[in-house]
Amino acid sequence: MTAAHRGQESPAVLVLEDGRSFRGRAYGATGETFGEAVFSTGMTGYQETLTDPSYHRQVVVMTAPHVGNTGVNDEDAESARIWVSGYVVRDPARVPSSWRATRSLDEELRRQGVVGISGVDTRAITRHLRERGAMRVGIFSGDRVADPDAMLARVRVQEQMKGADLAPEVATEEAYVVPAAGAKRFTVAALDLGIKGMTPRRLAERGIEVHVLPATATVEEVYAVRPDGVFLSNGPGDPAAADLTVVRAVLERGTPLFGICFGNQLLGRALGFGTYKLKYGHRGINQPVQDRTTGRVEVTAHNHGFAVDAPLDTVADTPYGRAEVSHVCLNDQVVEGLRLLDRPAFSVQYHPEAAAGPHDAAYLFDRFAGLMAEHAAQTAQGAQRA
Amino acid sequence: MPKRTDIRSVLVIGSGPIVIGQAAEFDYSGTQACRVLRAEGLRVVLVNSNPATIMTDPEIADATYVEPITPEFVEKIIARERPDALLPTLGGQTALNTAVSLHDSGVLEKYGVELIGANVEAIQKGEDRDQFKEVVAEVRRKTGYGESARSVICHTMDEVLAGVEGLGGYPVVVRPSFTMGGAGSGFAHDEEELRRIAGQGLALSPTTEVLLEESILGWKEYELELMRDKHDNVVVVCSIENLDPMGVHTGDSVTVAPSMTLTDREYQILRDIGIAVIREVGVDTGGCNIQFAVDPADGRVVVIEMNPRVSRSSALASKATGFPIAKIAAKLAVGYTLDEIPNDITRETPASFEPTLDYVVVKVPRFAFEKFPAADSSLTTTMKSVGEAMAIGRNFTEALNKALRSVEKKDAPFDFAGPPPGPGEKAALLAKAAVPTDGRLNTVMAAIRAGATEAEVHEATRIDPWFVDQLFLIKEVADELAAADHLDPGLLAYAKRHGFSDAQIAGVRGLREDVVREVRHALGVRPVYKTVDTCAAEFAARTPYLYSSYDEETEVAPRERPAVIILGSGPNRIGQGIEFDYSCVHASFALGEAGYETVMVNCNPETVSTDYDTSDRLYFEPLTLEDVLEVVHAETQAGPVAGVLVQLGGQTPLGLAQALKDNGVPVVGTSPEAIHAAEDRGAFGRVLAEAGLPAPKYGTAFSFAEAKNIAAGIGYPVMVRPSYVLGGRGMEIVYDEPSLAAYLERHAGLISEHPVLVDRFLDDTIEIDVDALYDGEELYLGGVMEHIEEAGIHSGDSACALPPITLGGHDIKRLRASTEAIARGVGVRGLINIQFALAGDILYVLEANPRASRTVPFTSKATAVPLAKAAARISLGATVAELRAEGMLPATGDGGTLPLDAPISVKEAVLPWTRFRDIRGRGVDTVLGPEMRSTGEVMGIDSVFGTAYAKSQAAAYGALPTRGRAFVSVANRDKRSMVFPARELVQHGFELLATSGTAEVLRRNGIAATVVRKHSQGPGPDGERTIVQLIHDGDVDLIVNTPYGTGGRLDGYDIRTAAVARGVPCLTTVQALAAAVQGIEALTRGEVGVRSLQEHAGHLTEARAR
Repeated sequence: MTAAHRGQESPAVLVLEDGRSFRGRAYGATGETFGEAVFSTGMTGYQETLTDPSYHRQVVVMTAPHVGNTGVNDEDAESARIWVSGYVVRDPARVPSSWRATRSLDEELRRQGVVGISGVDTRAITRHLRERGAMRVGIFSGDRVADPDAMLARVRVQEQMKGADLAPEVATEEAYVVPAAGAKRFTVAALDLGIKGMTPRRLAERGIEVHVLPATATVEEVYAVRPDGVFLSNGPGDPAAADLTVVRAVLERGTPLFGICFGNQLLGRALGFGTYKLKYGHRGINQPVQDRTTGRVEVTAHNHGFAVDAPLDTVADTPYGRAEVSHVCLNDQVVEGLRLLDRPAFSVQYHPEAAAGPHDAAYLFDRFAGLMAEHAAQTAQGAQRA
Repeated sequence: MPKRTDIRSVLVIGSGPIVIGQAAEFDYSGTQACRVLRAEGLRVVLVNSNPATIMTDPEIADATYVEPITPEFVEKIIARERPDALLPTLGGQTALNTAVSLHDSGVLEKYGVELIGANVEAIQKGEDRDQFKEVVAEVRRKTGYGESARSVICHTMDEVLAGVEGLGGYPVVVRPSFTMGGAGSGFAHDEEELRRIAGQGLALSPTTEVLLEESILGWKEYELELMRDKHDNVVVVCSIENLDPMGVHTGDSVTVAPSMTLTDREYQILRDIGIAVIREVGVDTGGCNIQFAVDPADGRVVVIEMNPRVSRSSALASKATGFPIAKIAAKLAVGYTLDEIPNDITRETPASFEPTLDYVVVKVPRFAFEKFPAADSSLTTTMKSVGEAMAIGRNFTEALNKALRSVEKKDAPFDFAGPPPGPGEKAALLAKAAVPTDGRLNTVMAAIRAGATEAEVHEATRIDPWFVDQLFLIKEVADELAAADHLDPGLLAYAKRHGFSDAQIAGVRGLREDVVREVRHALGVRPVYKTVDTCAAEFAARTPYLYSSYDEETEVAPRERPAVIILGSGPNRIGQGIEFDYSCVHASFALGEAGYETVMVNCNPETVSTDYDTSDRLYFEPLTLEDVLEVVHAETQAGPVAGVLVQLGGQTPLGLAQALKDNGVPVVGTSPEAIHAAEDRGAFGRVLAEAGLPAPKYGTAFSFAEAKNIAAGIGYPVMVRPSYVLGGRGMEIVYDEPSLAAYLERHAGLISEHPVLVDRFLDDTIEIDVDALYDGEELYLGGVMEHIEEAGIHSGDSACALPPITLGGHDIKRLRASTEAIARGVGVRGLINIQFALAGDILYVLEANPRASRTVPFTSKATAVPLAKAAARISLGATVAELRAEGMLPATGDGGTLPLDAPISVKEAVLPWTRFRDIRGRGVDTVLGPEMRSTGEVMGIDSVFGTAYAKSQAAAYGALPTRGRAFVSVANRDKRSMVFPARELVQHGFELLATSGTAEVLRRNGIAATVVRKHSQGPGPDGERTIVQLIHDGDVDLIVNTPYGTGGRLDGYDIRTAAVARGVPCLTTVQALAAAVQGIEALTRGEVGVRSLQEHAGHLTEARAR
């Protein structure tokens, strides 16, 4: 099928590293771009997805055919810029419709120089990635459309996601503080490994003053803010490539620790578990996760290509005491959460801050606040006894 | 935690006859649920009065009671079956109301029956306006979002009038409590409208309660389908956005899934509110539907209502997502949790997730205003559509265009053939589009073609700008098609990707449809088929539930076994409803068992045939020639195709037969030529002549002069109709020459193109329907139905009895011989339905339909023989003898040789009178005629006719009265035959009221009758009330009013509409009166029992063996 999408846009080609290619039309900026091809199954929340730093160096294929219907607004971005390296959609909106929209998505992609492609069989691409696994991809449009072999060669020389240490590339360079909403109860040092804007907001709503620190922050810098708890954010890249010094120090000191996504993988590695790359990852806002302590199922937002390799049904001994898998994805039994039984630390692989996605897991922020309160009480008791 | 072990048997209540607002979707839901419960090892007891359902097939439940769904009858069933639990959430409002009533009367407690799926408190909270407002207020306290429209509850007209002040004036919405499908609700723009709508609403509401509400007309409208399990896990299965903004009932709106114009933040707010509502209402387990209005200016969310049960929307959501809500609701009700139930489609992932779609679903309603010419056709908050079609595409434009051609109305798809309307018409078109009506989108498209801007269209219609832009996109595609030099592959693919049919492209290009198709095929532009898989391809799908799209990669898997492609019947409409779906489903089952791979093609989301469980493969596609040919092509590529079955889905597939054959598609069963022989007047006349069978005299006229001569030759009264129509459309009985002239004048438009058929009207005859199977050698007479109403009333609207109650063995023999002669002459292989009229001693043939008829399910149930299954097998070459040997048909005898003690089954039609009003707000007339207007049917079955008839009335309209006041007013021709039944009414203790003329006849025959004033006379000098006033005041219990041929008609009209408004049984033929008297006698005599179909069948089988 040719010229699937007519109009003013120039032709574009999507080339996967295994040689399969799809022809469509340029969308957003024109040019070329590369990254790891992944698909996201959320039907809403494209603005949040685009601005999620965890998508750094990934080309995102949207399975929902209509993208851009509600335009872009000034409130829903999860960071200051679009992070995806390329964007693949089937039917981009021609006009945005929302009382909050200030501009169209197409405009925004152009403004930020994000190269995309439209009019391709996104379901065929998704099925291909499901069967063959996530892989490198290139999008070529305008004068970058070239001979197929030449384009494929360009794709094949790009860096792989495996082994990539990307958090420093997306994290803040300067520390900043998100004040508590209402009365301040706790101080948290949040390591920005690619943090989404909604996370400090969810913490702040619970009376937590959040000190967001660069990914490269040292143990001293973390403890300089006198934290009641430490938070490890989500972020892009291979956890195997990340430095674990801070995490180990926090565990050593017994400071309450909460990690999300990449943070979960770091906690897992610090505990001695391995991490591995999933075939095609979890990216969507409909994933069933079971909290194994209550048996309850929550529908959750996911965006992860790596996962922790921990035993599902046994309590593991780690350098920091006993640990167990607290949450599991019911679709494929992937580890979705870890919990230390002897120290105040836990983490989840998914996104309780949602944005985009359901709010089912928001209770985890309360759990973190509870952990800090408990720890503070114990510390106070300990101090009294001493 | 697996299923409960303390429940061994469950009573499931169905939804009864198909009515507007409560249709085939409950057969789909109920069938799923019953199957699941049986698979769990539970004994399933079912009550449903609707024989045309798969649900009431004897193999679906352990004990199937085709009995009236009234608290009295259901109590009898409970007493007999002693179920442990009652599942009331699968049978619509009927089941829910019956369950609440059984709870309130203490019956459930008395027999120790536990309500599962929903408790009474939750039902009340969900349905009672006041309580629901509290729920919404509490939800707002908890989530910070959601509110109710400002409103006031009223129980009297004074409260209603006072209430408007408090809401800030007109317009206001009126919503009666506890009515289904929003019956009786509407917008009132002034006091007159308010008095009318609220007055009717108070009468319709079982609690005499209406809600007045601030107007949120024009807001965005959404629905969420949710499920909750006993562990409080909640998932949102589907979001649905109404293209028509607030003001049109969601059943009458064009709706889209998933929602298209919400950001994640706004969507999550709706989700949070929805979850909080289901928890607050306390739906323990199961599904619920919540409707929202969103202010497009600022996102303010009003929670409109919730239904704590499966619904039309949940059926749509199930089909739209592949998530079977009813099936899972049934599992949750018996104790499972969502995470314990596997997702059928992926098999590996659990049901505790939220489906995500990589396609767009559009539902378009189908209306029947042409059947009710007097009715106001503007769309309001009262549902008026009789069916719907759904289409799936990879984008909105594709899905919308497919849906518009799926509704099978000539003018439904966008037509770009002619020149666009001039700019001068723009204003008028926009003004017209401002009022929601059937076909509003076409008006909008005309306005766009006339030069309206996006802003103007939005301003006029309040349709969301994104949808408006999509309509502009469709128009731009049409423009490109028109402007192109030639059809190149790129342009064709582009048009196809936006859903244009070959016919639409042909229209734009001034070509023939088949030429466009040839060009398209030559250029290699063909659809691919994608899978509905609940997960946007994240996991592999195991269920071939497919839809077409002009995309790149197809997912049709190769197969080995020969396939039979079964064409379904499309959207439900009057004249072609669930009965045809029943036959298609049976064919699928029978052919599957016989070793074929079954492939279903249909576009009706309400049905069992479009359940992905029914056939080996399901194509959710429009039933047009183009779409069917593409499916056939795709399946031919996949493996051997034994043929396409067209004779079970009604007129829709039958109409495609010849064209399919012309395109080289093997049509199995009755050949297209044979179909023609039965349907073409001339060809059929020759068949009859050869067989020596008489048909009523008729003639074909092209002018009044010709018609006048023919009518004079035949003799009045005559039946006249346009020659091309089906379902009795435009058919009328005329009694004299002036009426004939008036008829021709009224239908001048139709007649200019087609001749008029003038038939002898067989007055005062017995009409007989026959369903039969023919294999080329042997005839199997399926059943003989004797109509209760006289000839001249459409067979679909007439009550009938099987076995026939006044025909003897000699008559049956003649019927069998005639049927066989016609079946042989026509060349039937499978089912044929023939209508006969017995006038004196002459058996006239009225018409023959070489296909499954509306009565097939009724006949099958009444005789315990699966006729549609047998027909499907015969179509593929089996013989009656083979099927007898297999046991599918009885070893000897047939439906004409039922044992003398066989049960009598009565079918009664259900008519939608309460749904329609004329533009002045008056009800439409209820007189039956040759044009079919019923939406559904019920069956009453018992050992004697009187009881069976009484049951059919109780099931259709409410129980016959056994005492009280009966009003009798009949046409002159009926006066003689009225005397005996009237006398019996008096003997049963009825007081007779009559207008002066009828009273005189009664008195002369020694029957006391009180004279009452006619409506036209007005109240008497001392305030004596007219009959209409008496009816309105509830002082009349039974009405017998037969229409006068001419004159005096208006009085009858007011009487009958008053009867409808007050729900008083109203008999409009003397034959019905005679039957009712037998029914009343049976009721008076005492205990009317209940008996399951399985017991009836066992009895029949035993008797047949004797």
